[in-house]
Amino acid sequence: MKLEMGYFNIRDVVFGTGSKLDSGVLTIDRAALERLVLEDESIKSVVVDIARPGESVRITPVKDVIEPRTKVAGKGGIFPGVISNVETAGSGTTYALKGMAVVTAGRIVGFQEGIIDMTGPGAQYTPFSRLINVCMVCEPVESAERHVYEKAVRMAGLRAAAYIGSLAKDAVPDEIKVFETLPLMEGKAAFPNLPRVAYVQMLQSQGLLHDTYVYGVDVKRIVPTLLYPTELMDGAVISGNCVSACDKNTTYHHLNNPVVADLYEAHGKTLNFTGVIITNENVYLADKQRSSDWTAKLCKMLDLDGVIISQEGFGNPDTDLIMNCKKIEAEGIKTVIITDEYAGRDGKSQSLADSDPAATAVVTGGNANQVVLLPKLDKVIGTLDYVTKIAGGNENSIREEGIIEVELQVFTGATNELGFNTLSAR
Amino acid sequence: MTKLKAVHYINQFFAGIGGEETADYLPEIREGAVGPGLAFQQAFGDAAEITATVICGDTYFNEHPEDAQNQIVQMIATQQPDIFIAGPAFNAGRYGVACGMICDTVRQRLGIPVLTGMYEENPGADMFKTKVYITPTKNNAAGMRKAVQTMMPLALKLARQESIGASCEDGYMPNGVRVNFFEKERGSKRAVAMLVKKLAGKAFTTEYPMPVFDRVDPSPAVQDITKAKIALVTSGGIVPKGNPDHIEASSASRYGEYNLAGVRDLTADTYETAHGGYDPTYVNEDADRVLPVDVLRDLEAEGKIGSLYHTFYTTTGNGTAVASAKQFAAEIGRKLKNAGVDAVILTST
Repeated sequence: MKLEMGYFNIRDVVFGTGSKLDSGVLTIDRAALERLVLEDESIKSVVVDIARPGESVRITPVKDVIEPRTKVAGKGGIFPGVISNVETAGSGTTYALKGMAVVTAGRIVGFQEGIIDMTGPGAQYTPFSRLINVCMVCEPVESAERHVYEKAVRMAGLRAAAYIGSLAKDAVPDEIKVFETLPLMEGKAAFPNLPRVAYVQMLQSQGLLHDTYVYGVDVKRIVPTLLYPTELMDGAVISGNCVSACDKNTTYHHLNNPVVADLYEAHGKTLNFTGVIITNENVYLADKQRSSDWTAKLCKMLDLDGVIISQEGFGNPDTDLIMNCKKIEAEGIKTVIITDEYAGRDGKSQSLADSDPAATAVVTGGNANQVVLLPKLDKVIGTLDYVTKIAGGNENSIREEGIIEVELQVFTGATNELGFNTLSAR
Repeated sequence: MTKLKAVHYINQFFAGIGGEETADYLPEIREGAVGPGLAFQQAFGDAAEITATVICGDTYFNEHPEDAQNQIVQMIATQQPDIFIAGPAFNAGRYGVACGMICDTVRQRLGIPVLTGMYEENPGADMFKTKVYITPTKNNAAGMRKAVQTMMPLALKLARQESIGASCEDGYMPNGVRVNFFEKERGSKRAVAMLVKKLAGKAFTTEYPMPVFDRVDPSPAVQDITKAKIALVTSGGIVPKGNPDHIEASSASRYGEYNLAGVRDLTADTYETAHGGYDPTYVNEDADRVLPVDVLRDLEAEGKIGSLYHTFYTTTGNGTAVASAKQFAAEIGRKLKNAGVDAVILTST
């Protein structure tokens, strides 16, 4: 499967009449975007705002971050099975608007959303401080239960990203990159001497608003399966998560999966990147056993030499991570796992909830319990009402002069377990 | 800027006094730098000065650790240094133990920063690396130059009381304290590089060596459940409405203990969850779903259990450090035992 990606470098985003993309400047018709969000009758109101890198702005409670994309050639569409019809995506041509994102926010669960600081010490921990963010703070109608509210905001974000992405349809991208994964046998013939490597991506599926969707299917209900890496670039996997902000994978992360990018980079040189195995992180033991058995089975079936396993979330999913690692290693296939740590505020506690001697190669995204002090910022997009309750905050989080003391946990994407960041720990 | 003051500790061999035959040399303080201290002094330049060197024979130190340390600490105290440096001891076992021990004692008694260096397999390393900063060195004195180069900047940082980076940044042995820092490459790139090395059978370094877990054997079965006093303990965050003790939604620093006397059923008006790791809608509707008080009251009335203990213990398991959980569990366990509780139902989410 072959996908051509066209990238547009977005230099600025402004409000104006008539949405358009012109020489790197994106104009958004605010009223049109608001109408698009309010199509969902569960959303009572929305406030749309723009936050730029370096501005004294704090965005919270952040639910999802999404990169605008659009399909210009080939089968299927963006976010297949959710926004577009359910048709296999990942081939043809897709355009992406780089340097910007749609950020959805709202008090869905309150303590399970995150913070994006656009400046100050907090900004270095969230990669989204480096993007121009079109923020949509969504309020639900009173009768909407949390899961209804979550779905409404999830869908609104995807609709907005697809709408903004479509503005690039007739423009000429700044850069084009081609990604190709050959069918198994052809791949083996093309790179007979390179180790065969796949990517095992664990998707958050603990339920109760810890959910992920693949082609519209709730990941709790899948058994491990195979994807071409390019399917992810078309939004085959989307986030429906309300979980600690630091190590949940936003839809932006799925679209720009760094493991996929870096395996493609090494593809044909030091390894043969054969594909992606997606699996879940269900809470029932039988599900954990089935999924890790099947993941190891698929690795063996693909005749792999090595895999990279990435995690999402912490605690309970640590058991899935270790089960996957142990069973894949037992098949004689080498593994590297990517995780993050909860070593306590003092860094002295053990970092994972499960372990095994088979996990000899670990990459860490850092200790999420590290405490940081954040100055007051001039403007808040959303509300600070949940800062004392958010995962990573506490009753003393708001201090004198508006200073906030929080753990890294609160920052969206801070200790990402796809290896999106440079933050680490020793 | 005023020069920082350092005191250096070496054994009789590095002081040029002699080998094994003089290893019972008594503690002595000399003005200025001696032996390897000269290399440190040169590396420090104008930033710091070794004002004194303490010399002690390895045999004397190891055979009279209390006396040796008392004397040495007194000698160091007179200098009022900003930093105390010992060694490096390379692979000399007794010297390494002496360096680690005197650093640990100086740190505790005088409250000044300390630093030593030794080979990773020196027995002193395992004994003291979680207590004092130890720079890894080669196994013999041929590694002196490199040891000084690594120790010097860390010594200055410590002397200036600056915050210390991760072990791989500041060149000390991993000491069990995880410290965040920014790598040059992002995690995914490091993972690919690590996998390529692992596949090729080349050496690679894991970023997190697997911890060793303690496993708890389950207690024997309760003899007669109809007589047993049963307690409820949860990591599901059930608290009286309003979360009176402000238990955190994640990374809990405390647990709560609440009285259940007269409580037959947890209702939406009386209890809720403080846990930040799941959709609380259904547990807030009926907290018995996580802390089954209603069912246990039924069993109590039916005579199927002896009684429900009048207090329940609760915290949030979400992102809570294992060390905190262990401490809570030890306290809660002690309290339950003292109260004569026979069995506990632990619920999570």
